[in-house]
Amino acid sequence: MSMNVYNRRMTRQDRLFLLANDIFLFLILLVVLYPLVYVVSASFSSPSAVVTGKVWLFPVEPSLAGYKAVFSNKSIMTGYANTLFYTIAGTMLNVILTIAAAYPLARRDFKPRNVIMMIFAFTMFFGGGIIPTYILIKNLGLIDTRWVMILPQALSVFNIIITRTFFQNTPSELLEASQIDGCSDMRYLISVLLPLSKPIIAVMALFYSVMHWNAFFDALLYLNSDNLRPLQLVLREILVVNSIDVSMMQNVNIEELAARQGLSELLKYSLIIIASVPLLLFYPFIQRFFVKGVMIGAIKG
Amino acid sequence: MEAKARPHSGPSLLKRMKQDLVARYQLYLLILLPFTYIVVFHYFPMYGLQIAFKDFVATQGITGSPWVGFKHFENFFTSPSFELVIRNTIFLTIYGLLIGFPIPIILALALNNTLRTKFKKSVQLITYAPHFISVVVLVGMMYQFLSPKFGIVNQLIGLFGHDPIMFMGSEQWFRHLYVWSDIWQQMGWSSIIYLSVLSTVDGDQHEAAIVDGASRFRRVLHVDLPAIIPTAVILLILNTGYIMSLGFEKVYLMQNTMNLSSSEVISTYLYKLSFASSLPNYSYSAAIGFFNSIINFTILCIVNGLAKRYGNTSLW
Repeated sequence: MSMNVYNRRMTRQDRLFLLANDIFLFLILLVVLYPLVYVVSASFSSPSAVVTGKVWLFPVEPSLAGYKAVFSNKSIMTGYANTLFYTIAGTMLNVILTIAAAYPLARRDFKPRNVIMMIFAFTMFFGGGIIPTYILIKNLGLIDTRWVMILPQALSVFNIIITRTFFQNTPSELLEASQIDGCSDMRYLISVLLPLSKPIIAVMALFYSVMHWNAFFDALLYLNSDNLRPLQLVLREILVVNSIDVSMMQNVNIEELAARQGLSELLKYSLIIIASVPLLLFYPFIQRFFVKGVMIGAIKG
Repeated sequence: MEAKARPHSGPSLLKRMKQDLVARYQLYLLILLPFTYIVVFHYFPMYGLQIAFKDFVATQGITGSPWVGFKHFENFFTSPSFELVIRNTIFLTIYGLLIGFPIPIILALALNNTLRTKFKKSVQLITYAPHFISVVVLVGMMYQFLSPKFGIVNQLIGLFGHDPIMFMGSEQWFRHLYVWSDIWQQMGWSSIIYLSVLSTVDGDQHEAAIVDGASRFRRVLHVDLPAIIPTAVILLILNTGYIMSLGFEKVYLMQNTMNLSSSEVISTYLYKLSFASSLPNYSYSAAIGFFNSIINFTILCIVNGLAKRYGNTSLW
C-alpha cells in the first residue's frame, strides 16, 4: 500500500480521527491487559499483600510462596501430568486423522468425496446431544478411562475443512507429475504434500492442543477417579468451588480468615499462571500461521 | 479420466464403483478411520435420539425400550422450569450477540486504520491472548477479582466508601458479567477474520475515494465496512444457528444458588436432570436436547435462506 499518498493528503479532520482511533485501541489494550498483568503481579506477591489489597499493578513484597504452594500440591501436579498426556496423545491422533480425512476429500478424482463431505459437515449443525452421547460412551465402556479424554474428540470437521482447502490450493501439476512418475497416492501424501503443509499442520496442532488443554466438560461427565482428572477439573475445585464458599461466608472474622486464606488466595493466582502459561508462551510463535488458518477456514469453508 | 467415463455408461454402476475402489484403494483406506469415527461418535448418538420418544430403561437398551410418543416433550413444555430456562437462554444469547457481533468488527476496522505498525501488532498480540485462557481460569479470575472480601473491584468500590457488591452471587449482575467477560476474552480473536478480509481490500478503491475527497472516516464507512459485510453475514448466520445451544461450561461454572433465577439455561437444566439428580431421567433430558437441536437447526436454515435470498450469501 502506498502510505505516502494517504499521509500527504491528511486533513485536520483525518488527523483527529486517527488520534481518536488510536486512543480507542489504547483503551482496549489497557482493558485486556490489566487483568492479565494483575494476575501475574498478584502471583508474585506475598500472601498478606494479596489479601489486604495492596497489589494494584506491580508485585508487592515479592515472593514465590504461591508457586511453592502450587508445586507442592499433589492433586495439581497429578492434574498437570494428566493434561500433558491428554494434550500430547490427543493432538497426535487429531492431526493424523485430520490429514487422513482431508487428503482424500481434497482429491478431485476421489469419487465419493462430496457425499462423504456432506455426511461430515452435517454433524457441525446437528447432533445427538449430551444424553445419547453419554449412553454411547457408557456402552463403549469408556467411562472413567483415559480413552474418554481422547477418542470422543478425535476429529473436528471444521479443521478438516481448513486442511482440505489448504490441500486443494496446492498446484495440481504436482500430483500429475508424481502420478506420471508412478508415485502412489500414499507416497504422494507423505513425500510431496505433507512437507508443503507444515503451516497448516502447525495451526491444526495449536487448535487441537488448545482444545485438549482447556477441555473440561468431558472430564466432568465421564471421569470419576482422582488419578485421571485433568488440570481443568482440579482448577475448578480450587478456583470456583472454593471461591463460592469464601464469598458466601458472611460472619467470619476477617483477620482470622485473612491469615488462613492468605496462602490459598495467593495459590489461586499462581495456579492461574501455571495453568495458562504453556499456551500463552507457545502461541505468539505460530500466530502468523493461524491467522492464515482462520482465514482459509472461514472464507472458503 | 472423467471425460472418458461419462459418455459410454456401459459398465454398471456397481462395476465402476468396484474399479474405482481398486484404483484408489489407498484413498479409501485413509478415509476409513475418520469415517468410522464420524459414524460412531456423531451418527450413533443421532440414532440414540429416539429415546426422546421412549421410556429409556438401561437394561433394555435404546432399541428395546417402549415407545411413549411425545410424552417427554409435553412434560417439558408444561414444566414450571420451561419458561424460565427458555427465557434465560434466549436472553443471554441475544444479549451476547448484540454486543459480541459488532465489537470485533469495530476493533478490526480500528486496527486496520492505525498507521502505527508496532502499536497495531502489540494490540493484536495482547487482545488475542485471552482466547487461550480456559473457561475455568476465566471464571476463576472473575471470582478472584469480584470477591466481596479480597477482590480488587470491591476494594476499589470500598475506597469510594461503598459497601462491597456480591457480583458473582447476583442475578442482575450475572448476565452482564457473562456477556462482557466473553467480549474481553474473544473480541481480539474474533477480529482476526475481519482483519484478514480487510487486508484484501483493493488499494485502488481507497485511492479513488481519496480523489473524490473522502475523509478517512468516510473511507472506513464506505470502503472498509462494505468489504467485510459478506463475511459478517456468514458469521452471523453461523451464530444464530447456536442461539439455543448456549455454551454449558461457563454458565455452569458461574452458576450458584443465588443467581439461579437468571443463570438457569437449557443446558444446565438438562445437566442437572441427568447427572446431578438421584433419579436421572435420560429420556426426558434427551427430549429437551432434541427440542433444542431442532430449534437451532430450523433457525439456521431460515436465516441462511433469508441471507441467500436478500444478501446472496449463504452457507450451502
